[in-house]
This record gives sequence, structure tokens and C-alpha cells, in this order.
Amino acid sequence: MRPETAFTRVPDSALVAGDPPLLYPEYVGTRLRAPKDPLVVLPHSLSELTGPVFGDGRLDETDADLTRQHSGQPLGERIILTGRVLGSDGKPLRGQLVEIWQANAAGRYRHAVDTHDAPLDPNFTGCGRCLTDDDGTYRFVTVLPGAYPWGNHPNAWRPKHIHFSLFGRAFPERLVTQMYFPGDPLFPFDPIFNSIPDEQARQRLVSQFELELTEPDWALGFRWDIVLGGREATPLEEPHDD
Amino acid sequence: MTEVGLTPSQTTGPYLEIGLLGGPIPSHLVDASDPLAIRITGVLLDGAGDPVPDGMIEIWQANPAGRYAHPADDREAVPLDGGFSGFGRSGTTDGGRYELVTVKPGRVPWVDGRMQAPHLLVGVFARGLLKRVATRMYFPDEDAANAEDPVLLGLEPDARATLVARAEDGGLRFDIVLQGAGQTTFFAL
Repeated sequence: MRPETAFTRVPDSALVAGDPPLLYPEYVGTRLRAPKDPLVVLPHSLSELTGPVFGDGRLDETDADLTRQHSGQPLGERIILTGRVLGSDGKPLRGQLVEIWQANAAGRYRHAVDTHDAPLDPNFTGCGRCLTDDDGTYRFVTVLPGAYPWGNHPNAWRPKHIHFSLFGRAFPERLVTQMYFPGDPLFPFDPIFNSIPDEQARQRLVSQFELELTEPDWALGFRWDIVLGGREATPLEEPHDD
Repeated sequence: MTEVGLTPSQTTGPYLEIGLLGGPIPSHLVDASDPLAIRITGVLLDGAGDPVPDGMIEIWQANPAGRYAHPADDREAVPLDGGFSGFGRSGTTDGGRYELVTVKPGRVPWVDGRMQAPHLLVGVFARGLLKRVATRMYFPDEDAANAEDPVLLGLEPDARATLVARAEDGGLRFDIVLQGAGQTTFFAL
């Protein structure tokens, strides 16, 4: 093949702004899994300007209510978790699939690999899905997850969190992240949370308690908005002549 | 450099199966009995050459005619296939192995109007990946199209070779190496 003008290659570290770097040695799992070769900056063709679109019809009501997926109610503090999914221009993203998963109130995941000595809850799976409405709003009912220990370093504990999966308007906007709860005392000790270099960016993963969202005598309310955009859309220089 | 206010990424952790697998997004984009069905398997490997058993591979692609099921692809002359979403995912097992069943996409235009070779966009997630990494998979029986693909042409031969699957057992084999010798080429999107 005849070589053509090469694409720009940038080290991951040059792209880090709001996002964590791929390699963050304090989070031990990154050491053997973070790619180290510089990334190839691609212009966006139709392949990158498109991405999956989800319609109604494959979800039912209990997908968004993690407290009603079994015959009984799960243990723990019932919470309402809601917010909007927005584009980087601030416009709501409608019909977006939002997928979540979490530990139960005791800090245990319903997963064969989780061997934490805390009880499973027969009434809690910890998996939820919904589509955003015309206002970009998602809404889940669930229970407050527990903190749990993990093997990263001696006496390592994860802050309470819920995993979120989002798609955006095109393939580059795909995002999987974690949402945290306000005032968690474990924040200073968690390498995953602290892998995000910028304090303001870290705070964008922390939900807010809102009294107006609570349902009296029934559930506490938390709000968390999500903003999706091209993660690494700004090359350091023009990579290619169009 | 980055737009203000984007929500940062975090790792999927080891339990992504709970939330992301077994739901409405299939690993089989078409039925395995479809005459055009292609089985794509591979192993996800870390920098020590060990399999990654808690990862997930996602693919995004055009249909066999070369049209994406997305409003930004408004080329009405290219037919849409109502039943084909173009998106799928597979977890990785104990051996780091994933399996997807799909069809070969048609060719779609590059930014300057040249046609790209048939390809899949591929996203990789796992415990230890603080954000998704993205690559492309090309088809080994498309020598002529691959030889003029603008993305493959812009890469050094070693980097290019990591993006082309190989034929194996009647399907395709596409291993993904996260780190070290033979690392897969990953893209900043």
C-alpha cells in the first residue's frame, strides 16, 4: 500500500482535561490495561457522526424501579434519582437509553465475582434502564447503595456510587461513568474518583440532595444532570486535509 | 481544550454484566441462521498477555447496503433495513473471549467523499479502563477496498495490521490487545 499523509498521534495525557487519564497507577487495574501507544486522531466521517438510536418498546415500567423487580421490597433507604441528559450545547437529549447498575444497601453486588462478606438481598438485583423523556429527563427509584471494600490497596473502600451508561447523539459521545452521593467521607481515599485530575470535573459526578424531589413518608430525592459531548474531539493540530 | 461541563468518565468496574449484559442490546445483531451472518470472535488481552475476563466489546456499523440507522445518515438513495440497528455488545468470558454475530456492512464515504472499506467501529470497556477505548475492525476478504481505505492508508503497516480480522473456523477472529507488543491501534474520537 502506498503510504499517505499520516494521521496525527497524540499521547492520552495530551487529551486529559475533564476525563481521567488511561494510566493512573494509584488505581492498580490501569497498570496492565491502559493502552500506552499514542492515540490516532481521526476526523469524523459518517461512521463517527452516527451512533445507536433506541426506540420505546423494549423496556417496561419496572425497569426504572429497582424496588419493584421482586416479590418483596429491598432493604435500605429508598431513593428517587432523577436528572437530565444534555448535549454540550445545553439542549436536552430525548429518547436516550440510560442504563444503571449498583450494589445493594449492604454494599454487595449480585455477581459471582463479588465475594464481599455482606448479605445479598433476595429482593434486589441492582439493574435499571429507562429512556429520557422530551425534556431529557430520566428517573429511577432504587435504594441507596452501600460502600464496600475492594482489593486495590490495604483498607480500600469505594464511596457509595451508581454506575451509569449513556449513548449521546453519536458514537464518540458514548459514556460509562459513576455517580456519587454528596458529602461521602471516602472521596479523599478513592483512586477511581480521584483519577479525574480537575476538582470541578470531579464534582460533576456528585449528585445533590433535593428536598423538593423527596416524596414525604416514602423516599429521599437526589438530582444528577449529565452532559455528553465528543470526549476527545479537539486535536492539537489539523490531522488531515479535508 | 475540552468543552466546559462535560460529565467525566469512570471505569465500568468488574460488575458491568449486571447492568449492561442480558438486557435489550443483543450480541447477535442478526439471527445466526441469516445467510449473511458472520460470527466474530476474539480475545481481549492485557499488557501481560493475560485475558481480560470482565470486559465488554461494543460495535457500531452500517447495514449491508452501507447506510447507518441514524438521522445524520440521510442518504435516501441507500436503503435502510428497518430491522437492523447496527449496534451490539458482548461481554468477555473467563478466557477473555467475546462473540458477536452480525453482517458485513457496506462501504460508507470518508470525509472527502472517497469510499471507506467495510468496517466496524469498536468500543472496549473493562475494569481498569477509566474510559472507553475505540478502534475499528476491517474484513480480511476485502483486499481491494482495504488498500484504498483512507483510515488504513493513514497508518503505518504495523498499526494497520492490528485492525484487520482474520478468517478462522468459518467466521472471523479479531483479538484486541490493550497494552504492550502488538497493541491494537486505538483512536481519539
